[in-house]
Amino acid sequence: MTALLSLRGLCQTYVSTPDAAERIANLVGAKYRETRVRAVDDVSFDIAAGEVLGLVGESGCGKSTLGRMVAGVEPPSAGTLAWDGVTLDAMTSAQRRAWQLQVQMIFQDPFASLNPRMRVEKIVGEAPVAHGLIRARDRRDYVADLLEKVGLSADVLTRFPHQFSGGQRQRVGIARALALKPRLIVCDEAISALDVSIQAQVLNLFEDLRAEFGFAYLFISHDLGAVAHIAERVAIMYLGRMVEIGTADEVFGDPRHPYTRALLAEAPRLDRRAQDYAPIKGEIPSPLAPPPGCTFHPRCPVALPACREIVPAIEAGPTGRRTACLRENGAAA
Amino acid sequence: MTAPILSVNGLTTVFETRIGTLTAVNDVSFTVGPGEVLGLVGESGSGKTITGFSILGLIDRPGAIRAGEIWLKGTDLRKLAPDALRRLRGDRIAMIFQDPMMTLNPVLRIDTQLIETILAHRDVSRGRAREMAEAALAQVGIPSPAERLRAYPHELSGGMRQRVVIAAALMLEPDLIVADEPTTALDVTIQSQILFEMQKLMAARQTALIWITHDLTVVAGLAHRVAVMYAGRIVETGPVDDVLDRPAHPYTHGLIHSIPSATARGQRLAPIRGMTPSLIHLPEGCAFAPRCGRADAACGTAPAATDIAPGRWLRCHHPLEAGA
Repeated sequence: MTALLSLRGLCQTYVSTPDAAERIANLVGAKYRETRVRAVDDVSFDIAAGEVLGLVGESGCGKSTLGRMVAGVEPPSAGTLAWDGVTLDAMTSAQRRAWQLQVQMIFQDPFASLNPRMRVEKIVGEAPVAHGLIRARDRRDYVADLLEKVGLSADVLTRFPHQFSGGQRQRVGIARALALKPRLIVCDEAISALDVSIQAQVLNLFEDLRAEFGFAYLFISHDLGAVAHIAERVAIMYLGRMVEIGTADEVFGDPRHPYTRALLAEAPRLDRRAQDYAPIKGEIPSPLAPPPGCTFHPRCPVALPACREIVPAIEAGPTGRRTACLRENGAAA
Repeated sequence: MTAPILSVNGLTTVFETRIGTLTAVNDVSFTVGPGEVLGLVGESGSGKTITGFSILGLIDRPGAIRAGEIWLKGTDLRKLAPDALRRLRGDRIAMIFQDPMMTLNPVLRIDTQLIETILAHRDVSRGRAREMAEAALAQVGIPSPAERLRAYPHELSGGMRQRVVIAAALMLEPDLIVADEPTTALDVTIQSQILFEMQKLMAARQTALIWITHDLTVVAGLAHRVAVMYAGRIVETGPVDDVLDRPAHPYTHGLIHSIPSATARGQRLAPIRGMTPSLIHLPEGCAFAPRCGRADAACGTAPAATDIAPGRWLRCHHPLEAGA
């Protein structure tokens, strides 16, 4: 079976070139260099049709950048991305357009992601008309129908975003994504800005819509509870690299990578009282100057001398789950 | 039983707006003892932050404290002159905000800011103040504190900045710290480091701590007692184990069952229907009634606070089986 989306060795490197002042300084002998950030480094995974993949990581780990590349918002700097078995380079312009329409994104901030000067009917209905999915005169009915699906009534059609609460705005954002009949929805921290009781409503909505339309989700979040709840498979990222991927049961039930273990041990949980915190030490290093070898080694409680030099490859275990850790993969024995 | 450090009785804070009076905090009462951590939990607009601001006397026009007493170790803070209250703030009571950049001045070095605070409250030499500041940074787990003292806030990571703010709050050994979502903006591993330090320091110093948050899971691991706020009122309070394991108020129950986790995979969450009400158009009676599955005609009158166990009370006409 061909995966819906397939990533192989995907990288994103941002380069900041010296600005005018720095170039002038360079003329008189200062040494300003371009700085490179490997925001996403060698990430490979597949998403099958209808599957929910959770992508977890702390700030700066590259999870949003990865989501943006998947959605075609920015092109990868290296590696291949294939949609429906066709790689980016091989796509015809029609295929490229189909990919871009079939992957839709829902953003974190429901205040920033809706145009404050557009009415809901236009926010949701603009793209399907522009892309010829529906005729302009059908727009009102089409949008009203979508709004009903996300739990809003049709009388909000003429409202502006500021007239909604945060949870309702997020529903408008979801309706906008649905309007293009996507096959994959990239949710980038889509519930993080919402109140707890509203988060649960939106999570339920995600599940209902998936049952109805059968699309896949790339569910990006730092909230382990939400990911454990909704995802079938889970990928953990740290400083641009994927450190572990497997089914949700595997990753949450039997984490193999020390970083995953630390995350799970430290995530606050309702059933954990008077917690005896035993935090892992140190801070997340700057992506501008990542540590050599395994990027987690300065904080890792079980690091080996070899971890300082060797970048662990992400290797498949017998069940198809993959871990990027020298200890796990036996290379250090 | 030891006397509480802070005792709040019937605190009511209102804001006069063009479209009417908004009661942000409505008849709120609680106490916090030495070394005790009270988790003040609520969703946005529940009044939890304004409760914290009211305790510190940080309510400005158009807001005003309309009623209530705020006793800090035998002093009613509401009766203090502004000048006396100002001397108390930062010395006997400290506040930690969500965004450390709200507290830190971006154009001054850390040492300037910490030493200034010490000199404002204590009659010590500048050199002694520097030693105190350095000790405070060391205490919250900042490596090489003498160097960090000379840094500007922008040179530090978010987690480090929040540690500096916590160090500033602890520096003069206050009786009470009010912390408003101090770890919400931080990553999980960093949050856990900070919770670890706070827990240790509060116990060692017998400081009273009010931890304001929307996150019940953080409260579960940190607090001794919890107070749940909804639309300006405390609707349920009690020891953390009792409230989280056997919630009696339908709102608390709903909040707990809204939290996703691995154990509920594939099952539907049971969210609270509807959304948080506007404080201006609050329904008569119980503010939660429109969203509550147990509401009936009786909920048209506001429920009084009813004790159900020692140290545990709630406001509800139809509580769930609890306490048992």
